[in-house]
Amino acid sequence: MKQIFVILVSAILVDNFVLSKFLGCCPFLGVSKKMDSALGMSGAVIFVMALASAATWPIQHYLLEEMNLEYMNTLVFILVIAALVQLVEIILKRYIPSLHKALGIYLPLITTNCAVLGVTMLNVDNKYGFWESVVNGIGAGVGFMLALVLFAGVRRKLESCDVPKAFRGLPITLVAASLVSLSFMGFAGLAENMFK
Amino acid sequence: MNILLNGVMVVTGLGLAAAIILVAFSKIMEVKTDETVERVREVLPGANCGACGYAGCDEYAKAVAAGQAEGNLCVPGGAKTAEEIAGITGRASGAVAKRVAVVACRGNAQHTRTKMAYQGISTCHAANRFFAGDWVCPDGCLGHGDCVSACMFGALSVEDGVAVVDRELCTGCGACVKRCPNHLIQLVDDSKASAYVLCRNHQKGGVTRKGCDVGCIGCQKCARTCPVEAIHMEENLAVVDPAVCIDCGKCIGECPTGAITRILAD
Repeated sequence: MKQIFVILVSAILVDNFVLSKFLGCCPFLGVSKKMDSALGMSGAVIFVMALASAATWPIQHYLLEEMNLEYMNTLVFILVIAALVQLVEIILKRYIPSLHKALGIYLPLITTNCAVLGVTMLNVDNKYGFWESVVNGIGAGVGFMLALVLFAGVRRKLESCDVPKAFRGLPITLVAASLVSLSFMGFAGLAENMFK
Repeated sequence: MNILLNGVMVVTGLGLAAAIILVAFSKIMEVKTDETVERVREVLPGANCGACGYAGCDEYAKAVAAGQAEGNLCVPGGAKTAEEIAGITGRASGAVAKRVAVVACRGNAQHTRTKMAYQGISTCHAANRFFAGDWVCPDGCLGHGDCVSACMFGALSVEDGVAVVDRELCTGCGACVKRCPNHLIQLVDDSKASAYVLCRNHQKGGVTRKGCDVGCIGCQKCARTCPVEAIHMEENLAVVDPAVCIDCGKCIGECPTGAITRILAD
C-alpha cells in the first residue's frame, strides 16, 4: 500500500512527466493557452495513460516475455495504444457522447504521444506489478494535468505583461516553462521521505 | 532465425487483430451523423468570428442543420454563403444585411492635442485605465490598435493616431466593436448612405474644443437644420438616426467643426 502512494506522489510531483522528465512537451506548449482546453487535454491524458498502462502490462508479461521479444516493446506498445484509444473513442462516441465531446479532438491526438508511451516503458523498466502500473499511469496523467493547469495560469499572467519585442510569443513561453520546471526541482526527495 | 520470425509474427498478428477489432467495432457502433452539418460547415468561411451569435462555424452549422437558426446569419460569408446554405437545407433565406464598422472619431494627431506621452503597455485598454490615455479628449480613439489586433480580416489600421476601417475588407463581424474600450466603433448598414457624427465626446463644447478641433461641441445647429428631424442631442453630442436620415447633406454643411460626415453606400 505504501509503495502505491510513493508511486503516486513521485509520478505527480517528483518525477513530473512534463517538468522533470520533459516528456509530452508538445501538448504542454500547444494546449496550455486556455484553461478549458488544458483541462480537456489533461482529462484525456489521465484516461489514456491509465488505460495504456493496464493494457500493455499483460502484453509485456504474457506475450513478449514468454517469447523473449522484450526488445520489441516500443513498437508493440505504440500499436496497442493507438488501436486501444481508437477503440475507446468509437465506444465513447456511441455510448457516452457527452464525454466524447468533452475529450474531443484531444483523445486521438495523444494516441502516439511520447508521454503515454513513456509511462508504459517506465512501468516495464521499474518492474511494476499490474496495479502499480495503473497507479503510475494515473499519477503521471495527474502530474501532466498539474503542469498544464499551472502553466496555463502562468501564460494568462504573461499575456498582460509588457514583454520585450524579441521575446514575444514562443521565446518567453519557453523561458516561463523552464522557470516552472525549476520550481519542481524542489520536490526532489519528497516521496522517499514522506512515508518514512 | 526463429526469434526474428517470432517478432514479425507477433507484430503482424497484433496489428491484424487490432485492425479486425477496430473495423468490426466501427461497423457495429456506427453513429449516424447528419450530413447536412458537414455540408453547411463546408460552405461557411471558417473565420469563427461569432457574428452569427454562435460559438463558431461548427456550432452555427449544427444549429442551421437542426433548423434552429436561419441560414442568413453569416456576416463574413454574405449573400453567397446564405444562398449556398439555402441550397443545402432547402429553406429559403432572407437577405443578408451587410454591415460595416465605423470608428466614431476623427481625432488624429493634427486635430487633437495630447496631455502626456504615455509610455506604458501599448494597448488601448491599458492606456485607457491610465488617465484615459495620451489624448486630452477622454472619449477619443486611443490609437494603440486593440481593434486592429481584434480584426481577423485586416480591415483596420491606425493612421496618424486614429483607427481607420477599410470598407472593402470589413465584413461587419463586430469583433472590433466589442474590443474598443471607448465604445467608438459601431456597425452601420452598408447599403444606405447617411450622415454620421464621428465623435463620442459628451463634454461641453468649450471643453471639447480645447482638446480637439473636429469634435462635436453640441451646438445643435445640425439638429435644427435637419428637415426630417433625424438628429437629436444626447448630453452635448449630436446623434443621427440612420433609419430616418434622408442623406440630404444639410447638416454636414452646417457643422462648424466638421464632426458630421457622410457615410457612403457602396
